[in-house]
Amino acid sequence: MSQKILEAKNITKYFEDPVKVQVLNDINFSINKGEFVSLTGKSGCGKSTLLYVLSTMDTDYEGSLYIDQDVMPKNDEGYLAKIRNEKIGFVFQFHYLLNEFDVLNNVMLPGLKLNKYSKEKVEHRAYEKLKLLGIEHLALKKANQLSGGEKQRVAIARALINDPHIIMGDEPTGNLDKKNSDLVFDIFKKLAHEYNQTLLIVTHDPGFAERTDRIIKMEDGKIIV
Amino acid sequence: MKKGILINIAKALLLARWRQTLVAAIGVTFSITMFITLLGFMNGLNDLLDGLILNRTPHIKLYNDIKPNANQPIKMANDYKGKHHFIQSIKSDANKQAIYNSQAIMNSLQKDARVIGFTQKLTAQVFFINGTTDITGVLNGVNASEESKLFHFDDYIVSGNASDLDRETNTIILGKSLAEKLLVNIGDVIQLSTANGDRFQLKVVGYFQSGLKEIDIIQSFASIHTVQKIMNKPNNFVTEIDIKLKDINLSIPTAKEYAQLYQTDAEDIQTANSQFETGSAVRSIISYAVGITLLVVAGFGIYNILNMMIFEKMDSIAILKATGFSGKDVKNIFMYIALSIGFFGGLAGLLFGFILSSIIDQIPFVTAALPTVKTYPINYSIIFYIIGISFSLITTYFAGWFPARKASKIDPVVIIRGK
Ligand SMILES: Nc1ncnc2c1ncn2[C@@H]1O[C@H](COP(=O)(O)OP(=O)(O)OP(=O)(O)O)[C@@H](O)[C@H]1O
Ligand SMILES: [Mg+2]
Repeated sequence: MSQKILEAKNITKYFEDPVKVQVLNDINFSINKGEFVSLTGKSGCGKSTLLYVLSTMDTDYEGSLYIDQDVMPKNDEGYLAKIRNEKIGFVFQFHYLLNEFDVLNNVMLPGLKLNKYSKEKVEHRAYEKLKLLGIEHLALKKANQLSGGEKQRVAIARALINDPHIIMGDEPTGNLDKKNSDLVFDIFKKLAHEYNQTLLIVTHDPGFAERTDRIIKMEDGKIIV
Repeated sequence: MKKGILINIAKALLLARWRQTLVAAIGVTFSITMFITLLGFMNGLNDLLDGLILNRTPHIKLYNDIKPNANQPIKMANDYKGKHHFIQSIKSDANKQAIYNSQAIMNSLQKDARVIGFTQKLTAQVFFINGTTDITGVLNGVNASEESKLFHFDDYIVSGNASDLDRETNTIILGKSLAEKLLVNIGDVIQLSTANGDRFQLKVVGYFQSGLKEIDIIQSFASIHTVQKIMNKPNNFVTEIDIKLKDINLSIPTAKEYAQLYQTDAEDIQTANSQFETGSAVRSIISYAVGITLLVVAGFGIYNILNMMIFEKMDSIAILKATGFSGKDVKNIFMYIALSIGFFGGLAGLLFGFILSSIIDQIPFVTAALPTVKTYPINYSIIFYIIGISFSLITTYFAGWFPARKASKIDPVVIIRGK
């Protein structure tokens, strides 16, 4: 009796460049609340492409995508931006932070954009998330003064700020050493098991995938497991 | 709250590139400075020239031109009615120079609501006797205090006092150049003779300088009663009535009406000085054109800065979009950047424009032609400042619009994949 957070129905995608190639071929699956799912497969099989479709950033696909049981429109950019802000947290392989802001403000920005809590409340919540990830002492540092592992933890804190339905990551540990990689994995695991946070993480690392609750394996644009 | 966060992001992006931003803002500042200074100076000049001609010129001048009578006797002969008349050697009727029934006209003007005031004038050709030579000149009989009130007569009296004419009989104010030619000083008595050969002695009480040499070398002024006496005319004899209207733009129709009503010639200021207004308009157009050109150049500067900024900040834009900022939010952020450059650059431009104008206003500008002017003229009209800041905002708005739209269309997937 678990609730579907994300569902892909018959998702198919082509790239037209330079010839028409099918990258995603009739993808069907769903993720329930609190699941910690990894998405693996050979390089070039379409994992990133699928993740961008699922995150609503790429709307050039066939089929339908449901988030929180609502179908996502393909041509309402403003609405999709709102969905991303409210329901999806994203962590990239490269730790995209805004270098113009300090760590605290980087974490706060999506929260301020959501405009659900007062500025003080958002700041308080940002501190909580940073504390959860063990980096509250970095709050007032500039984003570009951090190490890679620290940046990735800030990015996770930012993904968490609006209590999203799902966190998606495209090889979030791909650029980290073993120690930092394990640290990030442990954080994800803690989020999933202690806070019932849903996660969908693309990874190349078999060790990482094995330790998640469920593995989705892709090959040539199809889901095989 | 939501707007505040976009403004905060805009501010952070601006400060991160403050050097380039400053250059862009200086471009705007420079053009607005020049715009304000140029307009202030050009319009100061226009006002000065307006003062030189328009303030002194009656809006409507009633007079009788020396010309043949339109109703020649043959017209009245019934035998030749409807026939073509050949008349040769018609002569003008010189005795009709006086305005007929001037007292009645003045009474009627007094009641006319469109009229601010009027003065009467009597003009006579005279010869100034200078040893053995006679110098021709024009003696104007005026009511000095009325003339000063309506047509700034006293502004052009460089020595002496206009009111001396009214106070003392048999006094005269000479054009400055005329006085120099006659080699007389204030207090001297000069002799003049009328066209009929009568001689009179008048005491010089002042000099008049209009700034136009052709005028200053022939004109002189005395009270209207003095001139009537010299010309041996009754004291209702006037040759000109100068009228000032409340609305100068009505001068053409009103002049037509008066010509009909009073059976005199009536000249309006707009017809008499049309080339003058064209000059003013051309000067204004030039200053606007230069100002706008400078602003367009500054606009391209802003356009470049923003394009560069957007190129550099692709990652940040992608991140903002991935974390829930819409294309419209991104566009607004860049519009805020553009407009704040325009606003602060423009504001500084207004300030520097004011300072530069004030400096020009202090530069001495002494010329014999313009006795009332001591420094370069500047017009500080608030309108120029309002136009200046509006132009800078409008220019930066358009300069920002295209880059901002480009930023709003950036596809975050392309950027994130691109790494
Ligand atoms: N913009 C594009 N135009 C054309 N083809 C593209 C484009 N982007 C990706 N592809 C192709 O689509 C396929 C899937 O790419 P995708 O990035 O999803 O792979 P991936 O599984 O994430 O690989 P990796 O593990 O190396 O990140 C690849 O063959 C790639 O070359
Ligand atoms: Mg990939």
